[in-house]
Amino acid sequence: MKPVILAENLGKRYRIGLTPQKYRTLSESISQAVSRPFRRAGAIIRRSVGQDVLQPGEEYIWALKDINFEVQQGQVLGIIGRNGAGKSTLLKVLSRITEPTTGTVAIRGRVGSLLEVGTGFHPELTGRENIFLNGAILGMRNAEIVRKFDEIVAFSEVEQFIDTPVKRYSSGMYLRLAFAVAAHLEPEILVVDEVLAVGDVEFQKKCLGKMGDVARDGRTVLFVSHNMSAVLRLTQESIVMEKGRLVLRAPSSEAVDYYLSAGNAKVGERIWEAGEVPADAAPFRPIAMRLLDKAGKIVDTVRSTEAFKIEMEYALAGPLTGLRIGIYLSTARGEFVLTSFDTDDQKHFEKYGSRPAGHYISGCVLPPDFLNGGRYTLGVNASSYRVRRYFMDEQALTFNVDTSGAPGMQWAEPRPGVLRPRLEWKIESK
Amino acid sequence: MAKAAIAFPEPKTVVIRSSNGWTALNLRELWVYRELVYFMTWRDLKVRYKQTALGVSWAVIQPFLNMVVFSIFFGGLAHIQADNGIPYPIFSFVALLPWTLFTNALNNASRSLVSHQNMITKIYFPKLVLPLASVLSGLVDFLIAFVVLIGIALYYNLTRQAHITITTALWTLIPFLLMALMTALGIALWLSALYVQYRDVGYILPFLSSILQFISPVVYSTTMIPAKWQMIYALNPMAGVINGFRWAILGTPTGPDTRLIISAVVALVILVSGMIYFRRMERTFADTI
Repeated sequence: MKPVILAENLGKRYRIGLTPQKYRTLSESISQAVSRPFRRAGAIIRRSVGQDVLQPGEEYIWALKDINFEVQQGQVLGIIGRNGAGKSTLLKVLSRITEPTTGTVAIRGRVGSLLEVGTGFHPELTGRENIFLNGAILGMRNAEIVRKFDEIVAFSEVEQFIDTPVKRYSSGMYLRLAFAVAAHLEPEILVVDEVLAVGDVEFQKKCLGKMGDVARDGRTVLFVSHNMSAVLRLTQESIVMEKGRLVLRAPSSEAVDYYLSAGNAKVGERIWEAGEVPADAAPFRPIAMRLLDKAGKIVDTVRSTEAFKIEMEYALAGPLTGLRIGIYLSTARGEFVLTSFDTDDQKHFEKYGSRPAGHYISGCVLPPDFLNGGRYTLGVNASSYRVRRYFMDEQALTFNVDTSGAPGMQWAEPRPGVLRPRLEWKIESK
Repeated sequence: MAKAAIAFPEPKTVVIRSSNGWTALNLRELWVYRELVYFMTWRDLKVRYKQTALGVSWAVIQPFLNMVVFSIFFGGLAHIQADNGIPYPIFSFVALLPWTLFTNALNNASRSLVSHQNMITKIYFPKLVLPLASVLSGLVDFLIAFVVLIGIALYYNLTRQAHITITTALWTLIPFLLMALMTALGIALWLSALYVQYRDVGYILPFLSSILQFISPVVYSTTMIPAKWQMIYALNPMAGVINGFRWAILGTPTGPDTRLIISAVVALVILVSGMIYFRRMERTFADTI
């Protein structure tokens, strides 16, 4: 069967503004200064007839490069990646908002794109008027909007205010109305970017439910999100993008694991360079977070059957009262396993109520026979309770837990669950 | 899971690729999106006078106050003579009708792309919809002001300062109006596309409007232009439009002749070239805006 979307060799190049000039000799500088206005004027003229040329000092960047993929009818494909990985650019190309620089995409069917909810909403117009306007902007026929009007209003839960200008709406109401219109779009291919990050939790659930319905109707959906649980719930397969390239296409659970572990989180040791630490962290300065095995060696894989140590090294430029260093252990998919603070213990809490300026390491040991096999993420947080949070990195480190030698390894099946304790079983025959 | 519960008609395949050079005008697609043109026009109208104390009266006040000012300074102080002894106020008001329509259309349409940045970067649609809707929404103001013209004409007739009659020439207002819209849209297509890339256009616009007003017979009559310059003067389509309006309503001796053909051809050239240029630049809008 022919794919609904077939992207071949897709690339998109953008110009980026002035990069810092490299050191030059005086004669070069002078000749540049003379020729610059001419090159600039030339660029302005050529650009105003639609040519893609650089002005002096500008550079190109490939937001998408060598993208190849296909999507079958009825498939729900997740697109995941960090900010700036090219996800949105890809959606823009697929929805014909911007043209690719290289390559082609063949698309069979009407594409409805939701890159934003409420595009074209006008604050002065009433809810009712905006529904019609926004519907038309999203490509719905007038008759279609009339037919679905009541359904849209009911979905948005703003019945009472439907004849009030939307500038009087709360932001939640505004987003609900906007999403309600979008949710009733019925194209053959739906392209959705992160619009579920709107509204309260209840409404998000409702939106996800609606998306699920769309998918079950046999429509093709491309879904970009940073919400991994939404990706896992809605999609069977996902692609992972990194720096404009498609690096992985796999069943969603695998793709999500890859994404969560391939990112900022370094393996074994995370060192914070001065430039990476936000200025408002002061006087706290993180230095490094490490994972150490029994022998004190930095490792990225620990054995389930052995204890291991987590260390956080940091410096204080001034004394801090009530400081606590917390670690957050979660699975690579984002389920929390535990949270622990270095001053959890009453004795520590009293002793370190105030810490003078200096260089510290807070460390703890995780017991053997504790975690199940898989990938885990460690986050760190430095705060004074109810006073201030100095620093936080939710994905400071990732590591693997290897189950060799763990209880039950005589059976090669994967074992669900986060923990893999060695429990004392008693088998009695009566 | 019930897959493919909906039977889709075999859809057309669209191939997305980089389009180089000049592209077809693709007016067919504009037709497909005609409802969007309607809604954008409607939105412009709905929103235009929201939260103003005087509301839609502004459609009348603008040309009316201009008429008063022109009558005092040009008609009164500068002694500019209207053709056939027509009272200066109505002489200028008849010109101000298409002129106000033209400048408002030109200004709004030229800014239309930049003021709808959000739509351009988030939704696919033929961008021509935006300037077109801006131009069309000015028509309602024009019609309201036209009613006022009837009032002014009645006043002059009743006070016997002029004798304005309904003639069969009045139907020509429609093609003249069309010519004004074509010119405004044509220039706006050029400028709006340039505006996306160079915000300089925003500074040029007010300046351009006033220059165009000087070279159009708004405050004076075309008959004041020396005969040897008449053909060059006619290169300005708005000269043709205003002359036509005065001729059709007031019976001035500026009726259709060769000069009108020149004006009409120029208007058409501006419009078509504007469309071609706009279409060429359209693919870069979302990236450069």
